[in-house]
This record gives sequence, C-alpha cells and structure tokens, in this order.
Amino acid sequence: MRYKSMVAALAATVSMAFIGSVKAADVEVTHWWTSGGEAAAVGEFAKAFDATGNKWVDGAIAGSGDVARPIIISRILGGNPMGATQLNPGKDADDLVKAGLMLDLTELAATEKWDEILRPKSQLASCTIDGKVWCVPVNLHSGQWMWTNRKVFKDAGLEPPKNWHELVAAAPALQAKGIIPLSAAEGWPVRILLDDIAVAVGGADLKVKIYKGRDLEAAAGAEMLKVFQAMDAARKLVDPKTMVPQWNEAVGLVISGKAAANVMGDWAGGEFQVAGMKAGEDYDCLPGLGLDDVLDTGGDVFYFPKNADPAVTKAQMEMASMMVSKEVQVAFNLKKGSLPMRADVDLAAANDCMKKGLAILADPSKVFPGEIQMIDRDTLNQIRDNYNEFFANPAVTPEAAQAKFVEIIKNAPPL
Amino acid sequence: MAKPDTLTIEPSGPLPRPMFAPGRVMIYAVLILTSLYYLIPLYVMIITSVKDLDAIRYGNIFIPTANPTFAPWVKAWSEACTGLKCSGLAPGFYNSVSITVPSVIVSIAVASVSGYSLANWPFKFGEFFFTVLLVGSFVPYQVMLYPLVIITREMGIYSTLWAVVFVHTVFGLPILTLLFRNYFSSLPPELFKAARVDGAGYWRIFFQVMMPMSVPIFTVAVILQVTGIWNDFLFGVIYAGPTNYPMTVQLNNIVNSLQGVKEYNVDMAATILTGIVPLAIYFFSGKYFVRGIAAGAVKG
Amino acid sequence: MVFIVLFVFIGGTFWTVASSFTNIKTLPIFTPAEFYDAFVGMAQYQRLWRSSRWIISITNLGIYGSLYTIFAFVIGFWLAVLMDQKIRLEGVFRTIYLYPFALSFIVTGHVWAWIMNPAFGLEATVRGLGWETFSFDWLTNREMSIYAVVIAGLWQGTGLVMALMLAGLRGIDDEIWRAARIDGIPKWRTYIQIVLPMMRPVLVTTFVIVASGAVRVYDLVIGLTQGGPGLSSQVPTIYVYETMFVGALAQGTAASTIMLLATAVILIPWVVVEFGKKQQA
Repeated sequence: MRYKSMVAALAATVSMAFIGSVKAADVEVTHWWTSGGEAAAVGEFAKAFDATGNKWVDGAIAGSGDVARPIIISRILGGNPMGATQLNPGKDADDLVKAGLMLDLTELAATEKWDEILRPKSQLASCTIDGKVWCVPVNLHSGQWMWTNRKVFKDAGLEPPKNWHELVAAAPALQAKGIIPLSAAEGWPVRILLDDIAVAVGGADLKVKIYKGRDLEAAAGAEMLKVFQAMDAARKLVDPKTMVPQWNEAVGLVISGKAAANVMGDWAGGEFQVAGMKAGEDYDCLPGLGLDDVLDTGGDVFYFPKNADPAVTKAQMEMASMMVSKEVQVAFNLKKGSLPMRADVDLAAANDCMKKGLAILADPSKVFPGEIQMIDRDTLNQIRDNYNEFFANPAVTPEAAQAKFVEIIKNAPPL
Repeated sequence: MAKPDTLTIEPSGPLPRPMFAPGRVMIYAVLILTSLYYLIPLYVMIITSVKDLDAIRYGNIFIPTANPTFAPWVKAWSEACTGLKCSGLAPGFYNSVSITVPSVIVSIAVASVSGYSLANWPFKFGEFFFTVLLVGSFVPYQVMLYPLVIITREMGIYSTLWAVVFVHTVFGLPILTLLFRNYFSSLPPELFKAARVDGAGYWRIFFQVMMPMSVPIFTVAVILQVTGIWNDFLFGVIYAGPTNYPMTVQLNNIVNSLQGVKEYNVDMAATILTGIVPLAIYFFSGKYFVRGIAAGAVKG
Repeated sequence: MVFIVLFVFIGGTFWTVASSFTNIKTLPIFTPAEFYDAFVGMAQYQRLWRSSRWIISITNLGIYGSLYTIFAFVIGFWLAVLMDQKIRLEGVFRTIYLYPFALSFIVTGHVWAWIMNPAFGLEATVRGLGWETFSFDWLTNREMSIYAVVIAGLWQGTGLVMALMLAGLRGIDDEIWRAARIDGIPKWRTYIQIVLPMMRPVLVTTFVIVASGAVRVYDLVIGLTQGGPGLSSQVPTIYVYETMFVGALAQGTAASTIMLLATAVILIPWVVVEFGKKQQA
C-alpha cells in the first residue's frame, strides 16, 4: 500500500510539473445513452468537447444503467479507467471516491463558482464528499411523468386523461379498440412505474420518510399498503405479452399509437422530440402522474477517474468545465428532455413539458431527492427485483410484497 | 474421462442397406424431421437478414422475400449505432481477431509444452498437479471473475485486449494441457526412449520428435480455441473495455440499442456475421471439429 | 506458466470463498487483518436464501439443468442410435445436427428471441395461417420463459451429445452385437440393456460436460430473455454479475461459492468412476 501511495504521489508531482505544457488528449467517455433522443443529446457534448481541440471517444454501453454500472465500476476498480463516465448522483461512486480513484474537481468548481450557478443545491451536494467536489452534475431528471398520445384517445372517442385515475378508467375502452392502455418495459422501468404510483398515491413525504428516514413503521403501515394495492391495480392493466425489453421501445409504442400511455422519466421527452411530436398538441406529459405534481431530482453526473497522464487530466478538467457551460447546457438538455443545471440560461426553445418541470422545480416544497441520493444501489436493486416480481407474478399479494419491501429497507446499510 | 483424441465417429462396417425398406423410411423420416428443428433457425436468420423492414412487418418470418436486399448486411457491418459510435460490427471483428490470434498461440504453446512435460518427464506431485488441472477446468468462471480483475489490474493490463488474452489463456490451459498430455502419453514410449538414448534434450525431443507427430492434436487444439474464444461473451464484457469489445459483445450492444425503429433485419445480419467465423471453421474442418469439440466441450 | 495458472486458480478460488464470509461492498480486501475486521460469518448466505431473486435463480438453474441434461441425453442418444443404423448421408445429417454447436450462446439467444418474438415470430405466423387461438408466448410468459431457454439450449447443445454418444456406440465391440443376435434379443433391447450400460464411461463424461455447462449458462439467457419477464428466467450467473460490481461484492462471491458447490456435486459421479477405474487397475 505504501509503495502504491508513493507512486501516486510521484505521479502527482510529475504531472504538476508538466501540466502547463501538455497538449490535447483523447478522452474515452462511458455512458448508457443509446436511445435516439439520448444519442442526439450526447452528440452535443461530443461536438463541444471536440471543439476544445480534444477528442471525445464514445464508449456507449447499450442496455441500461443496470447493465452499464457493473461495467463502469469494474473498469474503474481495474486500474485502467475511462477518462470520464456517467453515473447517477448519489451513492454509486462513494466507495470509489473514498479509495482515491477519482479526480478532485474542487478547484475547478471554486473558480467557476459552481455552488452559485448550479441548482438545486442537492445535486452538487451529492457530488461533494468531505467538502470536496468529485463530479459534475449535467442535468436534472425526474422520474414522475405520465406520457399520453392525444390522438389515440381522440380516435377512440375519449378525452385524453389528466391523471392516472382517468387512464385506469379509460383502459377498458382502449382495450376494446385493440390499443394497449399502458405500455411497459422489463426491469428498472417497472420500478419507475411502481415508484411513481407510490409517490402519486402515498405522497413524496412517505417515500422520503421510508427511503431516507428508514421509517419501518411507515413502510409497514396502512398508507404503504394502499400504495401496494394501487400497484396491484396497475399490474392488472398491463398484459405481459405487450411488455417490451427496453424503455424506449415502450415509449415508441405510445409514439406510434399502438399504446395510449407510458409512465417514464422526463427523458422520454427526448424520444417524442426525435419523432417530431409537439408537447400539448400531439402528446401530453403529466408530472406526478397528474395527481400530485411533485418531482424528484435525480439526474446524471460525470465522474473523472484519476489518470496518470497529465494531458488527460487537463482534458478532463476542460470537459467538466464544458459540461456546465451555458451553451452546452442548453443544447444538451433540449435534446435530452431534461432540465439544465443552470438557472441563468435562456430556455425559450424549451417545450411545454420542460416548462412544466421548471415551474415545479422553482417551488422547493414540490421537489424531493432522487432515490439513489437516499439509499445505496444494492438496496435499490433489491427493491427493483421485489417490484418486478410483484408486477409479473399475480400470486404475490400486495401484503406479501409489502412485507418483503419492509425487510429490504430494514437490511439496508446505514448512510 | 474418455480420451477424446482417440474418438472416432466415422462410419464403419458394411455399406448402407437400400433406402426403401419400411423401417428405413421411418428412420429417414425421423432424421429429416429433426433436421428441420436444427435448420429452421439458420434459414430464418438468413431470409430475415435480406428483407426490408416492410417485408418483416407485413410478411411471414418463414417465407423469403421476393426482393432481397443486402442493405441490412452493410448496415450491420459498418453503420449500426451504439450511442454515438456508428461503425457497426467491423471494429468488433478486428478486436475479436486481435484477441483470438494471440490467445490461441500463447495457450497452445504453453499447454503443449506442459502436456509434454506431464506425459514424458514425470516429476514429484505430477499426479496431484494433474488432478488440480482436471478440477480447475470445471471451476465456474464466476468464481474467478473478481480475482482476475484484481490480477489483471496488478499486471496493469485491465481493460485492454491483453487482459482478455490473458484470461482466455488461463481458462484454456487446464483443458488443453490435459488434451496434450493424453495425446503424448498415447504415443509409443519407444520413440521418446530412443531419442533420449541418442542424447537429445528436453527441447530437442519436443521440437524434433513430438511436434512432427502431433499435427492432428494441434489442429484439434486450434479449432477448439478459435471457436471457444471467438464465441466468448462474458470475458469480453468484463475485461476488454468498451473500445476493445469483441464481436459477440458488440452484437449484443447493437441488438439492444434502439434508436427509432427496431431493425430486425440488421439484427439478424449482425447475428449471422458474428457466427460466420466459427461456422466456416466448422464446415471446412469437418471431423477435426468433431474431435475438437468432443475434447473441448469441457470448456463449455 | 502452468504453475502460475494453478496458483491463480487456487488462490482465486480461495479468495472468493473467503470473501463470501465478509461484508465487503465495492473494494476488495487482502490482508488477514482486513478479513478479520470484515468477517460476518454466514450473513451473506442468509441474505442469499432470503432473496426471492436468488431463489428464483437457483430454481431456474435446477429446471434448466435437469431438463437440458435429460433431453440432451435422450435426444442425443436417440439420434446417435438412428445414425448408427448404417444410413446414407450420415455426414450430412451429422453436419446439420452439430452446426449450432459452433455458434456462440449469444448468437443462439438472439436467433431464438427472433423466432419466438410474439409480434412477428412463430405465434404470429401460425395465427396468420388461420389458427387464431394458437399461443406460443414463452418469451413473455413468466411461467414458460425458462423453458424457452431450454429449447434454445437444446438446439445448440444436443448435437454435441449425439456426437459423443455416437463415438461411444462405435466403440462397442461387434462381437456383442453378434452374440445378442444369436440369443435372439431384439435390437432396441440390446441398445438399452446391453449397449447402454457398456457405455458408462462415455455417459459419465458426457453428463459431467453437459451438466457443468448448464451451471454456467449466462450468455444464452442474456441473449434470449435478459432474465425476464420479471425475474422469471434469472440464473445464478446473472445474480453474481449484478451484485459483484454494484456495491455487494461479498454477496456476489457468496453466490459464486454456491455455484462452485453445485459444480462439485456434479463432478462426484465422475470422480467415483475415475477413482473406481484406478482401483481396478
């Protein structure tokens, strides 16, 4: 160990000595943005970064965060890391930071006054450990949205629903016309769906109380049972045959009119954008499933694993700075369908959905933390598995699923 | 364990009887029907890969299109996207080649020498060594995944092509060593003794006596390793790093990244392209392949 | 070099087993003191058997492993017997039965995913022919998804069993056949009661190969179902991978230790045969 830290110290001194004279570098960036809207958004990053004279080497990992995270983390542990990587703000990288594997961005953050220009504070706080900044938040995502295709409802002689309950009510009429009332995708999207129902029915406070406060009584309580019963209603709405493997396929079903609605985070907006549809005219987006317009503040952040090559270190800093610059924030987030990290940018071009999101974001009482900011990934995966099993297996009763949920929360490691 | 290198499944005995006795007809009927189960996927793969998207949407997956197009093949090879990278499977092909060639050479070189030592130069604990090797070839990869991340990290090769080469060599050695040991043991011992009497040393015997006699087993080993390594997915995902992903991993990435419409024809073309190398080896190597897999099936 | 490999195998296995009794999360540990500090006894295994995902995974492995092994044996042996009837075009048939084995599991998975695709595949085709109620929804049916994996697995692997069995059959002495014929024993009984028992070494080898391969099933599931729908086609290999690198390292090593045990159980019959042979010799 001592030998290693000496080498590290030596490498640091050497890089300090050369940092003034280093040239541009290729920086490999891993992320899991492979849908149409996401690829368009990440293209904005790449373009802006290439303009600095460096080169963005794209390391997209198909599938989802669940597929990509093990690859990313093992890669950093393996000692030959990528130059930059997407992760979610929160617990995912804590251990890696503590092991000294990440680049310290504190100085850059101080020079550019990130604490003043970036909001909400919670995002930068997720990147900060022991007063030092380790990652750069690039956007703000919220998971609590319902997306509906207006034309589908109109064609079926129905009024487009304004909330979850109206969708449930319209389902039989839609099914009679051969339309999937609610499209759904396997895996983590099921967690989004059920979690959104939990927040819409049980309220954001309940979720925070359980996830952050580890309130076992609340988790086992009657309110939460009501939540599981609402989830029970949701699973009856979805024909397993219409389940697709990926979230963007499920959104695609809504876009093409085969399905009426989908529950997905605001990144689904990027897909509607790519398809050339207009918010409020062709499709509706309903925050908090139209019941309780609260949003969580998940999002994406970029970490920069330490690199021995000073040229790369310099390029990493340039990339971090580029990601929060005004123009890039606008260009990236418009395509991604997410909200920018800066309040001081011009969002005239933003669509209806983003404006709705911005309005909610302006009211702190309607905002709550993303789950990975409250609980570790391993626990979150167990919750995901529990939800998936409950959703797909009619034999699991709401009570049984709740009991399992309580057990998982009970065994979650303390923050 | 059966000695795979001595297996033969070539026909023997008298010539086939006439085809049209009643019992015979049954046999052929059954054989042909089962053949369909094995052939249909290949057939579907090929015809799907040359359809356009409309033909897929409105057609039947078992009926070929009247207007075949090779555009999906071109797209699968050089244009299909994962994220911003729209270079298709081609880079994966080159990565797979750069992984397979060194892995095959290194693992066979080491295994043949080790097998030779085990067979002809008995040493203390040889039996123990042999047993550990045998057991080692069955250890589930999952048990070794994390230790190998640590080892390749310490070697400074993690997430390079060399890490994958190293891991394939490690996992290939037990079974290959057994293969070579069994083969060398089956050669007449007089050969070895005569060479010793002539004063030949360890390496001279290996290169001048053993190697020339061992072309069949080397062929088997090469086939075994090439197909096994080409078809690997798990090690590629974990040890290669995204820029070095082999073809199997890129195939999975392409099939799972969806930008707009799902292009089943491109997926199928990509699937065939990934399978072409081992298939070609299979069709051209014939009986050696059968021996190779019989020997190497242990490797899974 | 081989010594290094042995060291890697023994050391790696030891490390994996040892770390499964700790509570390590993301970063590996090495020194005995670290292991002592992180020691939690059987806690990881208790969690494992509490996890419904693991229970499903291990049950699926049981279903897949036994069905795959049984059917591969039955079909493989049966095909080998048919091929042994001095037929014409034997080479052609053998080529057909065996070619899937040259393909990777990931390729196998994607092909079968396409054939079983509910919107375009077999189900849609048969319905298109007029049989409206025909149902083949294994990929989207949580009760059936693991059997879909079995079908694809058999497609890929039975050819190998056939080839091994055929080799075994061809190794049977012609004298046996002559004797059986003289005694008037019907052909099918000769195969089952005389030839099969004589093939015991081949059978055991094949069993070990097939069954230990089944424990490793990973890419096939990734290509075909990705473990879904729900958790219905999860297998232990996926569990290991998805816990090991996301902050539950010890949980992953505990799961892989169970896999190691499963493989050991499969190896036992083979060890018995091998050992028995040595005793005789």
